[in-house]
Amino acid sequence: MTTATTPTPREMTVIYNREDKIFRGIVTGGALTSLVVLGLIGLFLFLRGAQVFNDKGISFITGVNWTAGTGDGAILDDFSIGAMLVGTIVVSLIALVFAFPLAIGGALYLEFYAPTRVKKPLVTLLDLAASIPSLIFGLWGIEIFTRFGERWAILLSKWLGWIPIFNVQFENFGRSPFIAGCVLASLIVPITTSVAREVYSRTPRDLVDTCYALGGTKWGAIRSVVVPYGKSGVIGGAMLGLGRALGETVAVYLLLNLVFRYNFRILESEGGNVASLIATKFGEATEYEIKALVAAGFVLFLLTLVVNMTATTIVQRSTPRA
Amino acid sequence: MTATIAAPERPVAEPKTPWSPTRSSRIQTFTTLLIAGIVAGVLVLFTGVAGLDGFGVTFFVLSLALAVIRTARLGSKERTDMLMKVVVTSAAVLAFTPWLSIFGSVIFKGYVGIRPNFFTQDMGTTVPDDYLEFGGAIHAIVGSLLMVLIATVVTLPLGILSGVYLTEVRGRLSFLVRFVVQSMSGVPSIVAGLFIYTTLVFATDTFSGLAGALALAVLMLPTVARTSEEVLKLVPEDLRSAGYALGARQWRTAFMVVIPTVRSGLTTAAILGIARVVGETAPLLLTSLSNTVVRVNPVDGPMASLPTYIFGYLQIGTENAVLRAWTGSLVLLFIVLVLFTLARRFGGKDKR
Amino acid sequence: MSTSGPATTAMSAVVGAEANTFTGLETCGAHAWFGKHHALSDVSLKFPSRTVTGLIGPSGCGKSTFIRLLNRMHEFIPGAAMAGEVLHNGSDIYAPSVDAAVVRLKIGMVFQKPNPFPAMTIRENVLSGIKLAHLKKPNHDDIVEGCLTRAGLWKEVKDRLGASGGSLSGGQQQRLCIARSLAVEPEVLLMDEPCSALDPGSTLRIEETIKELAEKITVIIVTHNMQQASRVSDFCAFFLTDGGPGYLVEADATRKIFTNPSDSRTADYVQGKFG
Repeated sequence: MTTATTPTPREMTVIYNREDKIFRGIVTGGALTSLVVLGLIGLFLFLRGAQVFNDKGISFITGVNWTAGTGDGAILDDFSIGAMLVGTIVVSLIALVFAFPLAIGGALYLEFYAPTRVKKPLVTLLDLAASIPSLIFGLWGIEIFTRFGERWAILLSKWLGWIPIFNVQFENFGRSPFIAGCVLASLIVPITTSVAREVYSRTPRDLVDTCYALGGTKWGAIRSVVVPYGKSGVIGGAMLGLGRALGETVAVYLLLNLVFRYNFRILESEGGNVASLIATKFGEATEYEIKALVAAGFVLFLLTLVVNMTATTIVQRSTPRA
Repeated sequence: MTATIAAPERPVAEPKTPWSPTRSSRIQTFTTLLIAGIVAGVLVLFTGVAGLDGFGVTFFVLSLALAVIRTARLGSKERTDMLMKVVVTSAAVLAFTPWLSIFGSVIFKGYVGIRPNFFTQDMGTTVPDDYLEFGGAIHAIVGSLLMVLIATVVTLPLGILSGVYLTEVRGRLSFLVRFVVQSMSGVPSIVAGLFIYTTLVFATDTFSGLAGALALAVLMLPTVARTSEEVLKLVPEDLRSAGYALGARQWRTAFMVVIPTVRSGLTTAAILGIARVVGETAPLLLTSLSNTVVRVNPVDGPMASLPTYIFGYLQIGTENAVLRAWTGSLVLLFIVLVLFTLARRFGGKDKR
Repeated sequence: MSTSGPATTAMSAVVGAEANTFTGLETCGAHAWFGKHHALSDVSLKFPSRTVTGLIGPSGCGKSTFIRLLNRMHEFIPGAAMAGEVLHNGSDIYAPSVDAAVVRLKIGMVFQKPNPFPAMTIRENVLSGIKLAHLKKPNHDDIVEGCLTRAGLWKEVKDRLGASGGSLSGGQQQRLCIARSLAVEPEVLLMDEPCSALDPGSTLRIEETIKELAEKITVIIVTHNMQQASRVSDFCAFFLTDGGPGYLVEADATRKIFTNPSDSRTADYVQGKFG
């Protein structure tokens, strides 16, 4: 045995010379630009919107009206985004309700049911769908999908009209949160499906094999192993989709009538969301109204940031990288 | 001892897959689907159920019913398995249908306006509802290319630096950088537009192509940074070690060994970033607006782009204006498709 | 030769040199840690110039850790620590004033898996060290030919120097990596199981190369293959672990290790009784 007394370890750090220090400095600076930009976005939106927050206080978020004053004092400025926030959440939730099962189904199909010949082109189509601009989804929604959506809406109101959310006051089914939600659903299905597929594909093979070896069917294996294993990752993926739906502008702008009223009747032809409010009012806004729009943007920024950070944390935690 | 053992004569083995569906079960599946299809078709033609969607719903219900009948002799476990197979497959079909419908309708509606003048003329002297033989979108195409180019020039170095930080420098802030990049990719595009509006547009008091490009850059950065990291992560640790073992400094190893190894992967990062922003509309509505003539100076007032072109003519709403929007969408979708194909081509190129 | 003295004495006795005039590489009481894990304990060894030393022992006995300690590749592993001294021509390579990059220029390394730079041609691969370390050397053509010849690869590749390094076979790639290491004119070449990923034919070619290299430089080679150690090395060092940190059992002339080792465990190992 050669071990006698163990000496204390010498500190070992990689020492960089000047060239490498400069390199590391530049690279670190470059990497921190995202952080700086993100910080600046929050800072500038807050500063430019501060006056409105100051004037309105909490009622900026809870109020319903968005009225531009006449300037002569006959009608006063009254800007608040309560209705639009509700609209944002309603439309996004509708999208999520439709997108979630479809995405799970799509991901399970691609991972476990699709024949090899079909799988590859479908995965390509999935990736491609994720890069279709939302503007084209909006165009498709207004020109093609609305026809189908209106028919479903009529059926829903006819058979389920006794449920408050499916109730309608006016028999006008176009440009409703329901239709916008359906289009947003097809917009967020690609991202949610991709994440779900990724998570499902990481299910340990031996766990699935054990299920088969115990005489289980394919669905038995999926239900008892795959779905529980991927649960949190899939929820994270759905939240990423939700984040995208919350911030969507043009598709909602094209598909929804902007009406400043709390509306939970999803088949009614009125609604809106914060992002499309900004796009709509921006063109002919007064100086003060612009500030209000920027303030609205700040609220939207915070909302999506929270949703995305939560989603990121969940996804990162559930898919440990090797 | 040295004698070899002669192998007995045996017939050549033929590969078989006894576990794949047998002919009769395939025929059974096919017949089931055929029956469901025909019955659904008849229902759509002769009863109140209408349209493609009606057909789909009926088809789905019938498939479920037939699946129950087929598994009548088997246990409940098998029945559930069969039913879930129908449900999952239907969900997948339903998920994929809208995208196919989008591609189909964009091509079908857009090709009408694909004429030479669409790519050679602008809308400077043409009213929106004029015949499609007049006017075009060259100003929008040029504007889009220019803005995307500027955005790429700004973003690519920053994105790659971010990737290099995470894979080479591996500093203490790695976790934070990764987290921020991921969160930033979820910033709504309109917020990026507002940001540039409250800073650059506000300060210079002009809407411009440059402002639009910078708004796009904000949206592009996370994509490029994340893809760069993924790509650089693929460089085997061995190669860095080899560089260091030759007495190289870290920065020389990074620039002469690591980055050249994934050159085409980094090209993919740029392409994916471009594909991410080329169709962005909302931020441009607040920063570059739109115009009707070709403009190549990015600081000389409003500049059209394909998305704002499509958006604008769709808003006008007259027949030919909407057709122009569809044609613009076809061009935009084609560009996205080309970028997508390029990204795939380059993505598979780096070996090891 | 003493039968029970520490390994160092055995080795110095063979060389017959005093410590302070010793030229070559030596370690004095070297330890290595990965975080809390004590991987290697108290190794003192001398590697005289222009000799081949084989490091042998079962898996996990710390020989790879030890060889990476010799040119400061150890420190790239997060949490790594060491103790003791590694002296090259009498000066401590871990002294605070020493630039690790300069150390690695003098003490090169060839890895287990062939790793030519995929983005470079064969010629560029050979010259990569010169570019990477920013050395100013004239006559690049001569360097390419000289190094490839010494690595035993020149005849096979002289007509396709512009081809990618990845287009070569595994054995050729490994010889290209050797040529690449030679181009910066190291005094010591460390080889970490250089043949473990290669076929027997290629292994033989590399072994020939190693013997030729030893005419000019010091070679230290980690190997799992006892036959290889007996074929190529002048000296052998046998490492072992009892579950704790790896340690040096004995070091001596190869012939003695294989025929009449001082320690019974060495005898058992070289006869294939364990490991």
